Amino acid sequence: MSRHRIKDVDYDDDDYYDDEDDYTPDPEEQELLQQCTAAVLQQLGAGQPPVTATKEEVHDALWHYYNDIEKSVNYLKGKRLKEASKLKKPEIQPVSAYPAPPPTAHFSAADFFRDCPWLNIPSHRKADILVEPLYPRLGLLGGAPEQGAKPSKLAALAAARKKKEAEKGQSTPQTSTTSKYSSDQQSAPLSVRERLALGRATGKSSEGHSGSLQRLAESRPSPSSAIHHAPVSETTPQSVRERSELPQRKLEPTEVLDRHPVPDLHAEPSEFAKVLTGLAASPTTAYPSPLAPGNLDLMKIYGYDAEPFDFSEPSPDDIVLNAQSTSKGLKKSAAAKSAGGKKGQADVAAEMKDLSVEDKVTVKSKHLDVLSEYKKSTRKRSANFVVIGHVDAGKSTLMGRLLADQGAIDQRTLDRYRREAEKIGKGSFALAWVLDQGSEERARGVTIDIATNQFETEKTAFTIVDAPGHRDFVPNMIAGASQADFAVLVIDSSVGKFESGLKGQTKEHALLVRSMGVQKIVVAVNKMDTVQWDHGRFEEIEQQISAFLTAAGFQQNNISFVPCSGVLGDNISRRTENPHASWYTGRTLIEELETSEPYTHALEKPLRMTIGDVFRGGVQNPLSISGRIDAGSLQMGDQILTLPSGETATVRSLEVDGEPSDWAVAGQNVVLNIANIDPIHLRSGDVVCRPSSPISTISSFTAKVLAFEHLMPMQVDVHRGRLHVPGRISKLVASLDKSSGAVIKKRPKIVGPGVVVRVVVEMDQAVPLEAPTRIVLRAGGSTVAAGLLE
Amino acid sequence: MRCIKNKIEHNGSGSVTLCPVEPEDMWHAYNLIRPGDILRASAIRRVTTVQDTGSTSSARVHLNLVIRVKNLDFDPQSSQLHVSGQIINETPHTKIGQFHTLDLELNRNFTLEKEAGADGEGAGWDSIAIESLKDAVDEGGKRRAEAVAVVMQEGLAHICFIGQFQTIMKQKVEMSVPRKRQGGGDHDKGMNKFYKTTLETLLRQMEFNTSLTSGASNEPVRPVLLASPGFVASGFQKYIQAEASTTAPGLKRLLPSLAVVHSASGYTNSLSEVLQSPAVKTLLADTKYARETKLMDDFMEQLRKETNKATYGPREVESAVEQGAVGRGGGVLIVSNRLFRSQDIAERKRWVGLVDRVRDVEGGEVRILSSDHESGRRLEGLGGIAALLTFPVLEEDFDSDAE
Repeated sequence: MSRHRIKDVDYDDDDYYDDEDDYTPDPEEQELLQQCTAAVLQQLGAGQPPVTATKEEVHDALWHYYNDIEKSVNYLKGKRLKEASKLKKPEIQPVSAYPAPPPTAHFSAADFFRDCPWLNIPSHRKADILVEPLYPRLGLLGGAPEQGAKPSKLAALAAARKKKEAEKGQSTPQTSTTSKYSSDQQSAPLSVRERLALGRATGKSSEGHSGSLQRLAESRPSPSSAIHHAPVSETTPQSVRERSELPQRKLEPTEVLDRHPVPDLHAEPSEFAKVLTGLAASPTTAYPSPLAPGNLDLMKIYGYDAEPFDFSEPSPDDIVLNAQSTSKGLKKSAAAKSAGGKKGQADVAAEMKDLSVEDKVTVKSKHLDVLSEYKKSTRKRSANFVVIGHVDAGKSTLMGRLLADQGAIDQRTLDRYRREAEKIGKGSFALAWVLDQGSEERARGVTIDIATNQFETEKTAFTIVDAPGHRDFVPNMIAGASQADFAVLVIDSSVGKFESGLKGQTKEHALLVRSMGVQKIVVAVNKMDTVQWDHGRFEEIEQQISAFLTAAGFQQNNISFVPCSGVLGDNISRRTENPHASWYTGRTLIEELETSEPYTHALEKPLRMTIGDVFRGGVQNPLSISGRIDAGSLQMGDQILTLPSGETATVRSLEVDGEPSDWAVAGQNVVLNIANIDPIHLRSGDVVCRPSSPISTISSFTAKVLAFEHLMPMQVDVHRGRLHVPGRISKLVASLDKSSGAVIKKRPKIVGPGVVVRVVVEMDQAVPLEAPTRIVLRAGGSTVAAGLLE
Repeated sequence: MRCIKNKIEHNGSGSVTLCPVEPEDMWHAYNLIRPGDILRASAIRRVTTVQDTGSTSSARVHLNLVIRVKNLDFDPQSSQLHVSGQIINETPHTKIGQFHTLDLELNRNFTLEKEAGADGEGAGWDSIAIESLKDAVDEGGKRRAEAVAVVMQEGLAHICFIGQFQTIMKQKVEMSVPRKRQGGGDHDKGMNKFYKTTLETLLRQMEFNTSLTSGASNEPVRPVLLASPGFVASGFQKYIQAEASTTAPGLKRLLPSLAVVHSASGYTNSLSEVLQSPAVKTLLADTKYARETKLMDDFMEQLRKETNKATYGPREVESAVEQGAVGRGGGVLIVSNRLFRSQDIAERKRWVGLVDRVRDVEGGEVRILSSDHESGRRLEGLGGIAALLTFPVLEEDFDSDAE
């Protein structure tokens, strides 16, 4: 592209120089020309044999011989003679120097040099040919001379000689001579370009290129080529240097008159430049060697395409230097921008230093107004729910079925799981494998850690948080429950299992989710197929669980029961066809899920996000953290602060529910790809916030908790989401009335289950906690209390 | 600790010469030596002499110094005891009244003298001190091999040395293990790395020689308890087995002494659970530690029953003792030895008096728990003192005690 542009410019440049010379003829000159023309025509007509010439030819000749009538006549006569001889040899028909509308024959360099013996020369010789300067050495000649600057001796000498030569053809004004020379001299390289242009236009036949060339050829034929229509045989003293043109380079003189004046936009080449280009160009042109045309086209063959240098442009060196400086400038400006605002040169320099020392990643923030973006966005309403229940109640299988039914998992993957599960003799676990991705989980058939997965119905985008049921993994379940808007409690309806579950994690989980603020609970009475869809069994479970949940603080209208079978898929997405289940006419599980109300989150509050996981996101994201935003909003390029480490990081990019996004708000599950922090400062359970409004880290707090078991000054584990730290209850401040919160007894020695008590908890290390937040206290593998930080 | 010389008088004054031979002996010394005591031990002191010309020369001289103890500094991690005080004997190089800090060293005798001042100046060799001395001097050689416990969870491991009298948390290994993620993830890789780091740390702490050629192969190996919730500990055991069979055959010696037990979490809080597991009970049965743990559990159980037959806290216990509830027939006074380590002699006397009263007057049982054990730490949470009572005592309001 750039070649193309430069080429056009150069043609124009040539025009301009000549325009200046020829297209400001004063009336005097015009008159002189008319007189001379008449004289020439007369002499031609009078001569033996009479020669006819068009007025234009005469004009041209006169112009060349500086209105010397005699010379012009001679020239025209000679020209006619030559034309007559040429007619006998049509194979050397004159060809326009410009590519007239695409030539018929395809241009080929090999064809072009078919008869040139030098093509067979050894390759090392060719290299020499290339080295030979074809053009004036570029980039040596600076720009126009400064005002008053003295030209060098050489320049002065050359200029003087040229002046002398010019004075020989006295009739034209002194000023035009130098420019004329320069244009003449430049015409030599021009011929190269013309040929190249021809080759390129035909070879590549690129639309724009050839088009522009054609336009040039038709409307503005180069005057410089017109100038050189003088025959080769002619050897007048003035033109000895210029007459190196090949015969076919002649143009019809008429074309000269078609030129239009174009204002000269370029500075004139310096005196020195003109002289030197003239001198440098001459050797190749003055003594045309057989190598010369080869040189020209070797350039073409090798794709090299140097241009005669136009000194109005910056030198190549200048271009390179400029490019370097601008690219540096760009970097600087980017750095400055990232630092937020324009800074002085010194600041920029300092920042450059920073950049070079620490390999910091800078991300440009889009400075979105996240909240208004959020309001504008047309996302489906989203809901997170946690799946809880006793171990082996079928939580993972139920959710695997749900995902499979909703098309979140393709059949092929499912079949693969089924095959692999059967291979290790756990065929019934195939659906659970959708969520149990860990190798240990699969080998043991037990969910160990929470798994999140998404699926969408027409109305809502759901995020499943599948929690482990085993008592050892209750900490993980707490992490999952902290991300949930509502809960699905899965109950094993088979004989014996329900009863053991009620004593076990069914109870603990239900209490935990309630104490973590979950209001709505859907009870999926699973494995109904194992009890033949016994209505009595369902009612029994419903009654017991309902009583228990109401006691735990759930409201009756927020509890719903669905009898289902996860492994068969009955009443999950579709109604069961089992005749024994005809008594159930209520909603299926998925319908029940859809009744959930939209949940509001603290969007306006300062950013808080508990890190759920720290991992390597991939090659592009060497460090990623995931979690759910508890409060506030976040966007790409934000600075974040992680506590308790107190280190800052930059959000490179972020994903919301697995989709890349520019921003995220509270309630969304996000993955943040971060930079400028060492992973050693990040642990799951840490809190991400803004440097402007950091969360406080504390090592002691007072909390109002509901005791699940006896509380006394004891060692406990403090849980909040993923955060899990050891601590101890140092003091029981007072037992409180459940509803009013009034103090019942100060400093009790011990409190029993079900009592609300204010406690002071001390921890060994400072952790990021702030009121109001829900905490869970565990000891010896069971939950002893849960409540609110004060 | 070996007792070299025992010259304790009936009135409680006198001196003993002891030779610490194990790191744990430093802990005993820490409990024996109290501010105000007189300690004689060897020391190296840099002595600077100024010549008449004003030039100075300094030399390191070996001295036997006697100091009156002012302060004790005990580092449980490295089992080092630094005792500082004022020099009271005259030597060619030191003056009386100069301060010196003695570093007690293993296998170097020291002499401890306690004075029983008539006016209550020093506490002398009271019952607690003599009991501590008995504990310290292992006469019958009944000392059990100590165990190593690795309490772990995903990405977290605590390596603890369980001794007769103290549990030392030697090192904590903490690593960020990526959680399981949709589509694989680095969880298994992370766990392997975690196991590797933990094993390396454990072997370093145990000073376990993995080379087969050295003569270390018949060294006894301490039992190693691997405890965790879930499958982390068993995973770690598998990892060690795999390592032993592939890269580090020297580890085979370790394998028989490994035991996997359950714990609720990876924090040292759950050590009590570890020590109650059947596997450990056979190992550490009838050790002081096991007894202490059981005692605390009994106490907690009693407290939970809300029979008012258990109480805790200094004022409450004192009041119960006043009422004679900690007496014959089941009364047990449980005291943390931290209370006797008090800098304040009056404070110590208070607790020694209480212990003596329960033991001698009331006829109850007194158990002194090591504050450096897990059970002792539980007791610390209750104020360092608790009691199982023979009859229910009505709770009194000790509002004034709200420090």
